Amino acid sequence: MSEKAIIRARAQQLRARFEAAGAVVAETPVLQPAEVLLDLYGEDIRARAYVTSDSLLGEQMLRPDFTVPVVQMHMEHGAEPARYTYSGEVFRRQEEDTRRANEYTQVGYEIFDREAPAAADAEVFDLIGQALQPLNVRAATGDIGLLLAAVRGLDTTDARKAALERHIWRPRRFRALMDRFAGRVEPPASRLALLAQDAPMQSGLPFIGLRGPEEVEARIDALREDAGAMPISQGQIDLLDALLNVRETLPFALEQLRDLAVDMPAITEAVYCLQDRIEALDKRGVKVDEVEFEGSFGRTNMEYYDGFVFGFYAEGRADLPAVASGGRYDALTKVLGQGREIPAVGAVIRPEVVLQLEASA
Amino acid sequence: MTIKLGVPSKGRLMEKTFDWFGARGVSLARTGSDREYAGKVEGIDGVDLVLLSASEIPRELAAGRIHLGVTGTDLVREKLGLWEQQVEVMAELGFGRADLIIAVPQCWVDVDTIDDLDAAAAAFRKTHGFRLRIATKYHRLVREFLRENGVADYQLVDSQGATEGTIKNMTAEAVADITSTGETLRANHLKILSDGMMLKSQATLFRARKAPMDDAERQVLNALIEKMGM
Repeated sequence: MSEKAIIRARAQQLRARFEAAGAVVAETPVLQPAEVLLDLYGEDIRARAYVTSDSLLGEQMLRPDFTVPVVQMHMEHGAEPARYTYSGEVFRRQEEDTRRANEYTQVGYEIFDREAPAAADAEVFDLIGQALQPLNVRAATGDIGLLLAAVRGLDTTDARKAALERHIWRPRRFRALMDRFAGRVEPPASRLALLAQDAPMQSGLPFIGLRGPEEVEARIDALREDAGAMPISQGQIDLLDALLNVRETLPFALEQLRDLAVDMPAITEAVYCLQDRIEALDKRGVKVDEVEFEGSFGRTNMEYYDGFVFGFYAEGRADLPAVASGGRYDALTKVLGQGREIPAVGAVIRPEVVLQLEASA
Repeated sequence: MTIKLGVPSKGRLMEKTFDWFGARGVSLARTGSDREYAGKVEGIDGVDLVLLSASEIPRELAAGRIHLGVTGTDLVREKLGLWEQQVEVMAELGFGRADLIIAVPQCWVDVDTIDDLDAAAAAFRKTHGFRLRIATKYHRLVREFLRENGVADYQLVDSQGATEGTIKNMTAEAVADITSTGETLRANHLKILSDGMMLKSQATLFRARKAPMDDAERQVLNALIEKMGM
């Protein structure tokens, strides 16, 4: 058998497991309209996805993942609750590391369900874990929902919270904003000079382009409001850092987070969600005391995950990408659902990596 | 049995390159009519002059079809992925200097830094329903820079020339382009972001790492390197 045929056969076996678990097979086109993906991921996706175009349909992307087309398909005509599985190739540009595959297979399992999010989280994690059972893999998990709750609970202005939330997936930017909002870093001189002016809008400079005077004025107002805001306290920053630095197995992580929630009541509900998830995992027979939890896990991934996030990694093989990864993306269904939304969670396995591990076992 | 040297085929970049080699005892010249792209080399044996568009030289170097080439750092970094594995810098020639920068309208008194641009982009998207447009031909370099600096809610629109005019024409809100004096920017009522310097470029002599060479050709290359004092 050719290598492609071997990969396809292995992918079919994995997909069959998910079909047996009740999932309907979803088929999606390889070519996706670029605009949807660009609006979702921003311009960065161009560095990771292949873009092509024709003169009638405009820009198209070779599908960089299945999640977006599967969500779109479900939002258009899916019944609830729904479980989907798929297998097929995805395409990723690898311009900085030629050793990474630019074309590989994903076998996925996605649940759209309003009733029991913790059970759905546990189901996806468990099914993926079972499919990888004989392999020597380690599971790592995180929870973007906890981070979002912590940011929303900060004692600061709504504008600052929105700015931090917008950059939660860009750790460096997030850190720079925190430093600014905590008063640890002075605003740039140009901003101080601008705010010192009585009538900055009377610059006499001609207005050109689409961004008009009212937009400039609105931003100056926002900067003035920000300049008058109290700095975020050191105590709150320490709590947020403590949350990001949690690195324990699930039961111990839960304990640490409960302690943090005493001083950070905004995360209480998210901690209960984590507790429900751990219980649901335990009920399904997952050895929760062997599963790691990392406070900052999933922050550098694609930015649609907003709750539970996880990955399975081959032990001692840092050279390989994650064997499987996934998470919850409730907000994505809202963005793509044009007014409708449904909680959703899913994950993918990479059969090429599975085969590599099986060959070396 | 010759090594190929790619040089920009016209304009100041060509003349200055000829001067640079001339000052080091290797005379380069165009031959035939001034429409014919042929050239000759004197002062060293075994070197062929290939006249090319500066923007094609990176590609030719990467493919190994020329052994040496003179072009701007900006073009090499924009067009070649993992550029350092494909070409080696032999000498910076000290001319053709240009900075790749981001510029916005001067009337944006609230925007001076990348941080401001990011905040303005977020508000712009909310107001107008689409991502703030930055016109450029340096897609890779600009995207990498903005990613490293954590800017979101922007889009790059392609502009191969007269980029400074796109804002007035309402096809972009900001530009990312090379400039040497900033005069064209000022004439178009634009200003450079104070921390928006992406790259300082200049004319540079590159060696193709993958161009095949036999012993005789390697000797020619070594003789040239010695003569040029590189």
